[in-house]
Amino acid sequence: MADTSVEVAPFSVASLRGNPGRIRKEAAIRGVFFAAAALSIVIMALIVLTLARETYTFVSQVELAQLWSDGWFPRRALYDIRTIVVGSVLVTVIAMLVATPLGMGAAVYLSEYARPRVRGVLKPVLEVLASIPSVVLGFFALTWISPEIVQRLSDRASLFNLAAAGIGVGILTTPLVASIAEDAMGSVPKALREASYGMGARKVTTSVRVVIPAAVSGLVAAFIVGVSRAIGETMVVAIAAGASGGSLFSLNVFDRGQTMTAAMASLATGTDAVVGAGLTFQSLFFVGSLLFVLTLLLNVFADRYVRRVRQKY
Amino acid sequence: MAPETRTQSQPEKRSEPTAATRVDANRPVAEPRPEDIDPTAVFDLEDLSVYYGSFRAIRNVDMTVCQKQITAFIGPSGCGKTTLLRCFNRMNDLVDIARVEGKVLYHGVNLYDSAVNPVEVRRRIGMVFQKPNPFPKSIYDNIAFGPKVAGVKGDLGEVVERSLRRAALWDEVKDRLKDSAMGLSGGQQQRLCIARALAVDPEVILMDEPCSALDPIATGRIEDLMEEIKSEYTILIVTHNMQQAARVSDRCAFFTAEVNETSDTRTGILVEFDRTEKMFSNPSDERTENYVTGRFG
Repeated sequence: MADTSVEVAPFSVASLRGNPGRIRKEAAIRGVFFAAAALSIVIMALIVLTLARETYTFVSQVELAQLWSDGWFPRRALYDIRTIVVGSVLVTVIAMLVATPLGMGAAVYLSEYARPRVRGVLKPVLEVLASIPSVVLGFFALTWISPEIVQRLSDRASLFNLAAAGIGVGILTTPLVASIAEDAMGSVPKALREASYGMGARKVTTSVRVVIPAAVSGLVAAFIVGVSRAIGETMVVAIAAGASGGSLFSLNVFDRGQTMTAAMASLATGTDAVVGAGLTFQSLFFVGSLLFVLTLLLNVFADRYVRRVRQKY
Repeated sequence: MAPETRTQSQPEKRSEPTAATRVDANRPVAEPRPEDIDPTAVFDLEDLSVYYGSFRAIRNVDMTVCQKQITAFIGPSGCGKTTLLRCFNRMNDLVDIARVEGKVLYHGVNLYDSAVNPVEVRRRIGMVFQKPNPFPKSIYDNIAFGPKVAGVKGDLGEVVERSLRRAALWDEVKDRLKDSAMGLSGGQQQRLCIARALAVDPEVILMDEPCSALDPIATGRIEDLMEEIKSEYTILIVTHNMQQAARVSDRCAFFTAEVNETSDTRTGILVEFDRTEKMFSNPSDERTENYVTGRFG
């Protein structure tokens, strides 16, 4: 009798405190995951900081005339922004003209038309396509797209040209757009399709009037990711657009041209090396900042747009 | 299909709305005789079986569905009621592995004839689903969808109003036709789905457990609505709720599942099909009686 009363401690807060070892372990695990999350933010912040600092050096020392001249020739201290921004825009527009119809079309087919077995084969193939090294596509753009497509479209096209680079980037972007778009359409509830078919709608009506509007946020996301990928693509442009040193300002897509990314690549690797005179080194960061701000704005606008048109289901 | 495997007895299988005109219970099932098709019959199922791959979901169903009546399908889960319902407007086509054997005669035309376009079938035979599934569009656009895909041009305001009135939803939504249908309550959404189905003026409406996601008040409204529109439409309803079947239907079909010993799968069979009051008061089959009195299922 007396024994049992000793063993049973009175019920108190201590009884509900739990195992201290386990509590410590829980805290440690939480710490590890927090560190992982925090590290990515720290790295991001450091990147932005470095970009901003060098960009500031560049902007504060460069003369305005250098930023608005005949072309992008860092060796001669001519940093015409128009040349590389327009080059990037042209390449991206051409790329999306290729990637949007192809990618969205493939997505509609895979999601709405393909039988499960066909989809089971095509979707992995598409994802493998997405992992083709861009240097391979760059070479393909230069040796096949340029002579076989672009030079047939225009007699005066040079072998190196922005159009070939754009088409190459477009092919590179297509699987990415298709894959994200297909995911978006695949996540539209089956009940909505059934509702549509139950009303006597055909497949094409169901796809266009029900599935695509319901998936629009995902489709816009697919497009934006595609654009970001196209703007950021370097290797295809560096190989096929052919302006390794510099480039004159030009709106002609059949001409040689320079994009922001290719300009950075050639700055960092070319013979006019980063150690070059004056502000060459800093100009690299300047272009990087430009690219960063552009893609950021793109994402912000896309987000706004998606929020406005999204259909909640 | 050996005779001894048939679990249905002949008279129950072929029971008809007007017993006096259709007493030909002993005629062979597989031989359609067009001359004695009841003029009030909308559907005639002949030896219908549905397979999902090699799995047989329901087998050898024979039944006649009559015009401007409510026909209820009842039975325990997994007896193929929904599968069967989806044969009436070829919704099973959407399931890749589904395969239908036998005939679904719609005014004497087999809906599974290779020349039949399921799109045309579904314009005449509408469907309301278990879970309300309005499009994430405005109320107006939900109703206008059907007429639009059917090629109706111009202002659909009148169609929208008429459909919503018939579905007893007009007064609740007339001031917010441009609002998203997703903002409606579950019961309103389901009535919207019924209005959407009515907008294309179908002959038949298939309802797959239309009230299973609704509360009793909303359920009561849908039932009143069915009562209201049955003078104009032929309604087939699958329900898990026996009281509902007893309340709303004119005729009632009881299905059950038989377990296949070798493959451990369940195949649905039609046990009895008769006037609802007979089904609930004096069923011919013991299994029906057990089910409706709550001793089974």
